[in-house]
Amino acid sequence: MKKIIALLLSAILVLVCFASCGSTEEAGNANDEAVIRIGGIGPLTGDASVYGTAAMNGAQLAVNEINAAGGINGIKVEFRAEDDVHDAEKSVNAYNILKDWGMDALVGTVTSNPCIAVKDEAANDNIFLLTPSGTAVECIDVPNAFRVCFSDPNQGVASADYIADNAIATKIAVIYNSSDAYSTGIYEKFNAQAGVKGLEIVAAESFTADTKTDFSAQIQNIKNSGAELVFLPIYCQEASLILNQAKQAGLSVKFFGCDGLDGILSIENFDTSLAEGVMLLTPFSKDAQDEATQNFVKAYRENYDEETLNQFAADGYDAVYIIKAAAEKAGITADMSASEICDALKVAMTEISVDGVTGEGITWTADGEPSKAPKAVIIKDGVYTSMD
Amino acid sequence: MKKNIKAVKPATKTSLITYAIVAVLFLIVIIMDATGAMSSLFRGLLVPICTYAILAVSLNLVVGILGELSLGHAGFMCVGAYASAFFSVLTEDTITNAWIRFPLALIIGGISAAIFGIIIGIPVLRLKGDYLAIVTLAFGEIIKNIVTVLYVGIDSKGLHFSAESSMALGLEPDGKNIIKGALGITGMPKDSNFYIAFAILLVTLIVAYNLVNSRSGRAIMSIRDNRIAAESIGINVTKYKLIVFALSAFFAGLAGVLYSHNLSSLTANTNNFGYNMSILILVIVVLGGIGSIRGSVISAIILTALPELLRSVKEYRMLVYAIVLIAMMIFNNSEKTKNLRSSISLKKFAEAKLKTRKGGTK
Repeated sequence: MKKIIALLLSAILVLVCFASCGSTEEAGNANDEAVIRIGGIGPLTGDASVYGTAAMNGAQLAVNEINAAGGINGIKVEFRAEDDVHDAEKSVNAYNILKDWGMDALVGTVTSNPCIAVKDEAANDNIFLLTPSGTAVECIDVPNAFRVCFSDPNQGVASADYIADNAIATKIAVIYNSSDAYSTGIYEKFNAQAGVKGLEIVAAESFTADTKTDFSAQIQNIKNSGAELVFLPIYCQEASLILNQAKQAGLSVKFFGCDGLDGILSIENFDTSLAEGVMLLTPFSKDAQDEATQNFVKAYRENYDEETLNQFAADGYDAVYIIKAAAEKAGITADMSASEICDALKVAMTEISVDGVTGEGITWTADGEPSKAPKAVIIKDGVYTSMD
Repeated sequence: MKKNIKAVKPATKTSLITYAIVAVLFLIVIIMDATGAMSSLFRGLLVPICTYAILAVSLNLVVGILGELSLGHAGFMCVGAYASAFFSVLTEDTITNAWIRFPLALIIGGISAAIFGIIIGIPVLRLKGDYLAIVTLAFGEIIKNIVTVLYVGIDSKGLHFSAESSMALGLEPDGKNIIKGALGITGMPKDSNFYIAFAILLVTLIVAYNLVNSRSGRAIMSIRDNRIAAESIGINVTKYKLIVFALSAFFAGLAGVLYSHNLSSLTANTNNFGYNMSILILVIVVLGGIGSIRGSVISAIILTALPELLRSVKEYRMLVYAIVLIAMMIFNNSEKTKNLRSSISLKKFAEAKLKTRKGGTK
C-alpha cells in the first residue's frame, strides 16, 4: 500500500514537471505565427483574487469579441493571464513568464503595489504597459506605462470638487483606512483639495485592517463634530458596517464615497435600505442604461460569474479596447517587435479618444493619466442612479 | 594525493562538497547565460533563489545548530530590507555609483537587523521551546506592524518621523516623503544582481560552516543537545545563544537587502514579511533537513522554483504545491530512502577506505 502511494505521488511529481516543460515549449513554437500577444497580470488566487479575476475576465471577453470581429488590423489577438497573488515578487515572475511567451503588450498589473515593481521591468524591456486598475501615482511614472482608471489623488480631488461645486455640504468628516494605500492616498488629496475649495474637515477618523469591525468610537466623534457629510474613501465591506453602525447610533448625515464603494448593494446580509441616499463617484456602474454598458454587462453575465462583474472587469475590458484603438492608430503589424510596438503605441495613446464602459471620450496625456469625467451615482430605491 | 584525501576531516569534506555543488550550479548559470539558453523567468528567479537560500541557511543556524524554533525570521529580513531601502533612496542622488552604494546598503541592512536580533534576543532567549517560538512569532508581527504605520520624510531641516500620516510629518515644500506607511518605500535603485547575491550566499555558507566546525560551534551544539550538561562544564549559554541569534538576524538582514533592491516597490504584508514568509523559510529548512546547511540551499532552490514551474495547472497551483510538498517530506523522511542514501554513501566510503589502505601499504 505504502509503495503504491509513494509511486503515485512521485508519478504526479514527474507529470507536473513534464506538464510545465511542455507548456513552455508550445509557447516557444507559437512565436512564429502572426498574432498580437497581450499578456495580463493580476491576483487570480488569494485575498485580492476578486479584482484580478474580474479584470482578466473582462480582458478575455474583449479579446474574444475583437477576434470574432476580425482582430486588430486583421491580426488575431492572443491573451494570456498570469497570477501574481498580489505580491510584487510573484508579479515580476509572472511578467518574465509572459516575456518568454512573446508578449507584445501588457494589461496589468491589476493591483498597485505589484504594478510599481513590474513597470520598472517593462520600462527596461520597453514593453507597453496599460494598467486597468493600478491607482497609485508611481504605477505609471515611466514613459511606456498608461492607466485606464483614475489615480488615487485624482479621485480625492474629484470628490472634493464635486462636493464643493454642487454645494452638497461644507462640514465634512472622513473615515479612512490608514493601513491601506488606496484609502490614505485618496484621503490625503481630498484633504488638500478641500482646503482649496473652502470645505471644512471637522473630523478625520481612521481605522486599520485589524480594527475594521467596530466603528462606534469614530461614529461618536463624528456625531459630536457636527458634520453634514461623511466621506468614505474605503471599500464596500467596511462601509456596509459603518452604515449599519451609524444607523444604530442615530447618526443621520449624507455619505459620499469613491469607486471602492461600488458593489455595496451586492454584499451578503446587508440591508440595502441603509445605503439609500449614499453618493459615490465611480467610473462604472452595471446598472447604467447606456448601450455600451448594457452590451458589456450582458456578455459578461453570459460568460462569467455575477460576483466578479464590477468596475475591475470593466477596466480590464476597456484596457484591451484601448490597446486596439491605439494599435489601429499606430498601424501595428504582426512582424513588429514588442519594443517597436511599444514606441508606436506610446505616441498613439496621446492621439486617440476612446468611448469605453468606464467613460466616454477618454484621452491620455504623455504622462499616462487618463482624462475622463467621473460619473456621480446615488443609490435610490436600491439601485444606482445617475446624479446628472 | 590519496593521503591528502585521508587527511581531510569529515566535517571539512561536507563543507567542500557543498561549495562544489554551489560552484557547479554557478558555472551552469554562467554558461546558460553566455549561450543564451536562459529564459527570462529563470533569470528573474536567480536573485530570489539566492535570497531564500541565505534566509534558510541563516534560520538553520537557529533551528538546526542552536536547536530553538524561531518563527519570526521574516521580521529580521524586514528590518534589513527597510533600513537599506531607506538608505538607498536617501543617497541615490548623492552616491551615484552603485558599487559604493550597494555594499553600504548591505552593511546597514545587515547591522540594523543584527541589532534587532540582539534587542529581541535578550528577552526572548530566556524562554525555551514552544514559548520561544510563540514570542519570536509575536516579535516578527510587531516589526511588520510598526513599519506599516511608520512615516519618515526628509527636508532641509532634517528627518521627520510620524506614526500617523504623511501630512503629520509637516515637511517643507522641498521635502521628500521616503517611508510612506502602508504604501511602503518605492523607487529603490535596482542594485541587486545575481553575482552579488551569489557572493553573499557564499559568504553565508563559509561563515555557517566555520561556525559549526569551530570551538563556539561545538559549544552551541552542546547547548542544543543538553543544556544542563553544557552549563555544568562552564559554557556561557546566554552568550552563545545571543551570538547565534544576532548572526542569524544579520544574514536575514542581508537577504532583506537583496530582496528590497531587486524590486522597486517595498511594502510589508503577511506574504513577504509576516508569518507566511517566516513559515516558508522554516519549511525550506525542514525540507532540507534541520541542521543540514547543504540541504537548506538545495530545498531553497526547489521551493522557490516550484510555484513557478507549477503555473501550468492554473488555480490548482497552490493545491498541487502542497501535495508535492507533502510527497517530498514523506519521501525524504521514509526509512527506505534513508537506507538507500546511507547504503550508497557507505559503499562509496568503504571503497574509498579500501583504496587508500591499499595505497598506504604499498
